[in-house]
Amino acid sequence: MTEMPDFASTSLVSTLADTTPVRRADGVWRSAWRRFRRDGVGMTSLAIVLAYALLIACTGSGLVARHWQEEVGVPDAPPSFVATAASERAAVPAAAAASARASVDISDVDPLAPRYKEWDLRAAQYHAQARPIAATLPLGADRLGRDVLSKALKGTQISVSVGVLAAIVATLIGASLGALAGFFGGWIGDVVEWGYNVLTAVPDILLFFAFAAVFGRGISTLVLIMGLTGWTSQYRQVRAEFIKHSRREYVRAAEAIGASAGARMFRHILPNVSHVILVRMSLMVVNFIKAEVILSYLGLGVATDQVSWGTMLAESQSELVLGHWWQLAAATVAMAVFVTAFSLTADAWRDALDPKLRGQR
Amino acid sequence: MTATPLLKVEDLHVAFRLHDADGRSHRVEAVGRGDQGISFEVPANTTVALVGESGSGKSVTAMALVQLLPRNAECAGRVLWRGDDLLQAPRAHMQRLRGHEIACVFQDPTTSLNPVLTIGEQIAEPLRKHLLMTRVAARRRAEELLAEVGIAEPQRRLAAYPHQLSGGQQQRVMIAMALACEPQLLIADEPTTALDVTIQRQILELLARLQRQRGLAMLYISHDLAVVGEVAQQIVVMRQGTVRERGTVGELFGAPKDAYTRALLACRPRLDERPRRLTVIDDVLAEVDVATPVQRVDVDLNPRRADDDDPVVLQVDGLSKSFWLRSGLVGRSEFKAVQDVRFTLRRGHTLGVVGESGSGKTTMGLTLLRLHDAASGPLSGRVLFHGHDLLALAPADRLAMRRRIQIVFQNPYESLNPRFTIGQTLVEPMTIHGIGIDAAAREKKARDWLLRVGLDAEAMHKYPHEFSGGQRQRIAIARSLTLSPDVLVLDEAVAALDVSVQAQVLNLLKDLQDELGLAYIFISHDLAVVRFMADDVMVMQDGRVVEHRRTETLLAHPQEEYTRRLIGAVALGPASLATAATRP
Repeated sequence: MTEMPDFASTSLVSTLADTTPVRRADGVWRSAWRRFRRDGVGMTSLAIVLAYALLIACTGSGLVARHWQEEVGVPDAPPSFVATAASERAAVPAAAAASARASVDISDVDPLAPRYKEWDLRAAQYHAQARPIAATLPLGADRLGRDVLSKALKGTQISVSVGVLAAIVATLIGASLGALAGFFGGWIGDVVEWGYNVLTAVPDILLFFAFAAVFGRGISTLVLIMGLTGWTSQYRQVRAEFIKHSRREYVRAAEAIGASAGARMFRHILPNVSHVILVRMSLMVVNFIKAEVILSYLGLGVATDQVSWGTMLAESQSELVLGHWWQLAAATVAMAVFVTAFSLTADAWRDALDPKLRGQR
Repeated sequence: MTATPLLKVEDLHVAFRLHDADGRSHRVEAVGRGDQGISFEVPANTTVALVGESGSGKSVTAMALVQLLPRNAECAGRVLWRGDDLLQAPRAHMQRLRGHEIACVFQDPTTSLNPVLTIGEQIAEPLRKHLLMTRVAARRRAEELLAEVGIAEPQRRLAAYPHQLSGGQQQRVMIAMALACEPQLLIADEPTTALDVTIQRQILELLARLQRQRGLAMLYISHDLAVVGEVAQQIVVMRQGTVRERGTVGELFGAPKDAYTRALLACRPRLDERPRRLTVIDDVLAEVDVATPVQRVDVDLNPRRADDDDPVVLQVDGLSKSFWLRSGLVGRSEFKAVQDVRFTLRRGHTLGVVGESGSGKTTMGLTLLRLHDAASGPLSGRVLFHGHDLLALAPADRLAMRRRIQIVFQNPYESLNPRFTIGQTLVEPMTIHGIGIDAAAREKKARDWLLRVGLDAEAMHKYPHEFSGGQRQRIAIARSLTLSPDVLVLDEAVAALDVSVQAQVLNLLKDLQDELGLAYIFISHDLAVVRFMADDVMVMQDGRVVEHRRTETLLAHPQEEYTRRLIGAVALGPASLATAATRP
């Protein structure tokens, strides 16, 4: 395998090379994708994650679940597939009350009686659309009669986008600080390391409270809070990778040809550690989604006019006492499926990108 | 030798089951090709050497004997150990055999010893496990063994941890561990490759002495025929998974029958002569067909005289470099890595720099390029390059100067960015320094350099992992040449390569020097290679230059004891026989 053409034969080889099409070698990403495709679990998980992504695109653009805030069912309407006596019980008294009003005539003694007609006429001018209120909904309704299915879809959009955005913020902070500290070391490394140590010494939940108190509620606050507190794991890993790589000979060789520090950091080392960053980032997405749920549950999460998996779970706490389990179930299933699929995808990516596992599977 | 041999290998095949990128599994033959497996035998009280380039299957063969191959390996054939077929032996039986009757010593002692156990515990472990010795008896035996492998103060060393020993001492400990249970066969897989030159020699002598004293059978695996010639009685030459030639040392060195063996013998640079070019394996194999003698261009056809009138390109004066070592919490002490180095390098000349590891030769090379962090320690002296002092240059001017001194590193597997195509790797330096009008012009230039170092243009779109070590080193050389440097620092540039590939790269370097008038600073631990390349040699020890003279003078009349030791460490093989082989 080690024979090489000597100088006499290079001209021959090059003429041959001109006529035959040049075979382009697979880059690292392409060959990783080829390995990934062989991973059945990984591919299934990826399909699920992509389905979620499609769903989020639909809810985000308003195609689906735009009217999640409207009252479309009776309060606490059960899911249609468990249409029980409870829903009938709720429907019957309303009908009875309507019939009772019609049967008694008190217009003789009523001083306002002459004006009823006028009021009815005036009221008829307003086209209050009496929305048909459903007794059951596909996944039931919450306390305010809102469709749980729509809420779950909208909640998915908010929760996942919060998780992903926070992971991007955390990765930007963690990776750039890690790159700086790992590549330069010295006093820059010391300063960053001190900052990191101080930040990790404070319990996360305390930091959440502190940031939430400063910034107020809302999606952007959540993203900021989690990004500012959650970058540490990314930082540690990127720093370690940069320390390792900055001493490697290919980086030295780049320095010898005159590549600047920035070029060495970003053009040479970064592509070589990007898979580590990517995998760590996808693990962070999972963590942040779970953190969002906890924060919303604690009342520090999204604003009150928004819905997320966390707010749904928080609401379902009081519903559960009354035996209304469907909101809890919807949020839990949506979250569990996504988080599991996302974790498995990240795992499969790590396997596909890790050169040490090559050829073993 | 008519008695049944201790170990007999008959028609051994080893293949690995691998998965390609599309998930199809296929077999890759590592040992044996087609129907032809390998066969050889190891008689008692004899050293048999397996010699071949990397990829020849020699290490796989050795591991197959003791069943230490990874799980995806498939073996066929027979390995008879005193009549028992080891390939059929149950796992438990093999476990008893390993360490007890057959022992192994591997290449890198630093990774073979357990860092958290003391030397004494590690030697005692096989004694207590296999020989059921008591703790006290095992300890006493361990002490004897350490003394036998030449470790001073064995009693004190028993309590030492591996990191407290030098590389050579660690390898001695490994040998002591291997010998602990009095094995009949010792398998030594490149046991000296990871060690310093002078230490290599000591280990080699130790193994030879132990083999004689104990009447061991030894299977010695190496890529270096010269080393093998000194230690073995019988040699098996392997190439691409098959045996090319078998014979005693005398037969093989005296009258090699196989062309490949002849080529291996011829391609190693030697201390006693300086040919114009080294013979490369392909030349020899090609010439067999036309039945011409193996002799290549030994005569200097186009003498490039390294005369003293050539213009000076680099003048180094009193160069010193220290590193700060941390001591205690805030204190630091100075470690002088390079002290007061001075030399003059002329256009087209080569300065060889030799020394053991830790002698400061690599630090010296890196300092010339200013590849050390300024905060790592003080730097003094003058490096005059075309009249400018490189050490006093402002950072802005340094970039322009930097392109004119370039470096080629030791390890071709490490020095190329794995995520860059070869094209990107070659074009990058030109982009940084603004060489060439546009991207197309640079790409054309890169292509030209690739052809010049003996690769084809198709390589432009490939990634480093698709190339062999020798090819990668050619790419690394091409990269530094894209900047048209005046001086090239070659830091052990051929040390990681096989002997045959080494010859090709050395020839390439010589050709480039003749053509481009490059000045080389050739850093190496191997005096034979330096002898081939260098006009002057600088011997370094502990950061200082101990001797600096013309290559011929230095080799003929070394003044320093240290230089003599380095020269003595070069494996010559059975020298007289080897000379006869290359000059029929």
